[in-house]
Amino acid sequence: MLTKRIIPCLDVKEGRVVKGVQFVSLRDAGDPVELAKFYDEQGADELVFLDISASHEGKETMIDVVRQTAVELAIPFTVGGGIRTLDDMKNMLRAGADKVSVNTSAIDRPELIAEGAAYFGSQCIVVAIDAKWSEEDGTWMVYTHGGRRVTKWTAVKWAQEATRLGAGEILLTSMNKDGEKSGFDLELTKAVREAVNVPVIASGGAGNAQHFYDVFNEVDVDAALAASIFHYKETSVKEVKSVLREKGVSVR
Amino acid sequence: MKIGVIDYGMGNLYSVEQALLRLGCEVSITADPNVLDQMDGYVLPGVGAFPDAMNRLRDSGMDLYIKQIEKNNKPLLGICLGMQLLYEDSMENGWTEGLGILTGHIQKFEEQDAQQNRIRIPHMGWNPLSFTHQPAWLQDLDKEDSTHVYFVHSYLAQKTLQKEVVASSTYAGQFVPGLVQKGSITGMQFHPEKSGPFGKYLLAKWVEQVNERSGQK
Repeated sequence: MLTKRIIPCLDVKEGRVVKGVQFVSLRDAGDPVELAKFYDEQGADELVFLDISASHEGKETMIDVVRQTAVELAIPFTVGGGIRTLDDMKNMLRAGADKVSVNTSAIDRPELIAEGAAYFGSQCIVVAIDAKWSEEDGTWMVYTHGGRRVTKWTAVKWAQEATRLGAGEILLTSMNKDGEKSGFDLELTKAVREAVNVPVIASGGAGNAQHFYDVFNEVDVDAALAASIFHYKETSVKEVKSVLREKGVSVR
Repeated sequence: MKIGVIDYGMGNLYSVEQALLRLGCEVSITADPNVLDQMDGYVLPGVGAFPDAMNRLRDSGMDLYIKQIEKNNKPLLGICLGMQLLYEDSMENGWTEGLGILTGHIQKFEEQDAQQNRIRIPHMGWNPLSFTHQPAWLQDLDKEDSTHVYFVHSYLAQKTLQKEVVASSTYAGQFVPGLVQKGSITGMQFHPEKSGPFGKYLLAKWVEQVNERSGQK
């Protein structure tokens, strides 16, 4: 039986992990490769690197980070942030990433999803969706540019369109819940989970191990992602998995 | 020990190469028969679609070379699409003849299970292997250990021979051949290079066995 995946996310800027972490065991907590290895040893099922570099040099550095990570890591990892063209995808996948995730660039030019899927296969193409509840529309709307700009897409419609174009997985972040640590957005996640036939990763709102159980139990998502609670050691991948295992959720 | 990764222009060879290097292998990524002739064992990688892969193998003459590897009883490991290519044929994007070394056909996952539930495709993530055979090179396998490996695929081998399937997984009620073997030819539907400690173990054992074979000559 397929297990539920726990995915730590690392924000990387100019080759350094931001929201820096104080892991005593690490020589350099800002080194993405060191942190990636740490999470691998903790039992993380997959990792996501989100490149938030603004400069061109930062993006070049990211390719090096990916290459070094591929040397060290024995679990799959996804790279997102600033991937705008098929060439950007090629650079990351050839450097050793297993998947690339696209967000704003796919909204701007949805064909990018189809091009990527045709070239590399759907399994390499993750579409990241940032969604926020809109009272006016009575549903969740998709935002781009790191949550600064609203689009005409509802989360459900965009997830369906992205999948139709060839997305192999949806990484769904609730902007309402992000940073709140009050649990994943179960309603949003459920709406998208039911709308598509590809794996869905829930993101935004994890505050403790129980929240992971809730999202797996109530929504049957395939994976759940968190950043700060792992980085700040409020819980660990190990602890989350042992709680899930006790409650009968199948994990590695 | 020298491992030749057969390069036919498909997929990401970097991770496989790194995993083999970590195990102390000398790795050549090539489609040059003269270089391949010097190798002790072979890896057939592959990510992408079956018809493209088969066309490229034929264009480079690697299809015949791989059949020769089997005849000469040299070890070859097909990974993911590389394993599927070892079968008779595939229905991915129409019918395509495969290498025909293993018995079985590559077909898409059923889109519904027995209860008419929609199946999520691809089969992506960690799934434990159940072993039905224990080949000589896995004699020290501890079946109590976690056997989770990382799968990513939408097509699978069907109508396989029981004796050729060493280990399998179950996805949405479907039987998924995971580790297959016939003589010196091995296939892994999952990605051992991405499968954590157990993936490392399987790859290390396979390499060890290549080493022993090459030492016996």
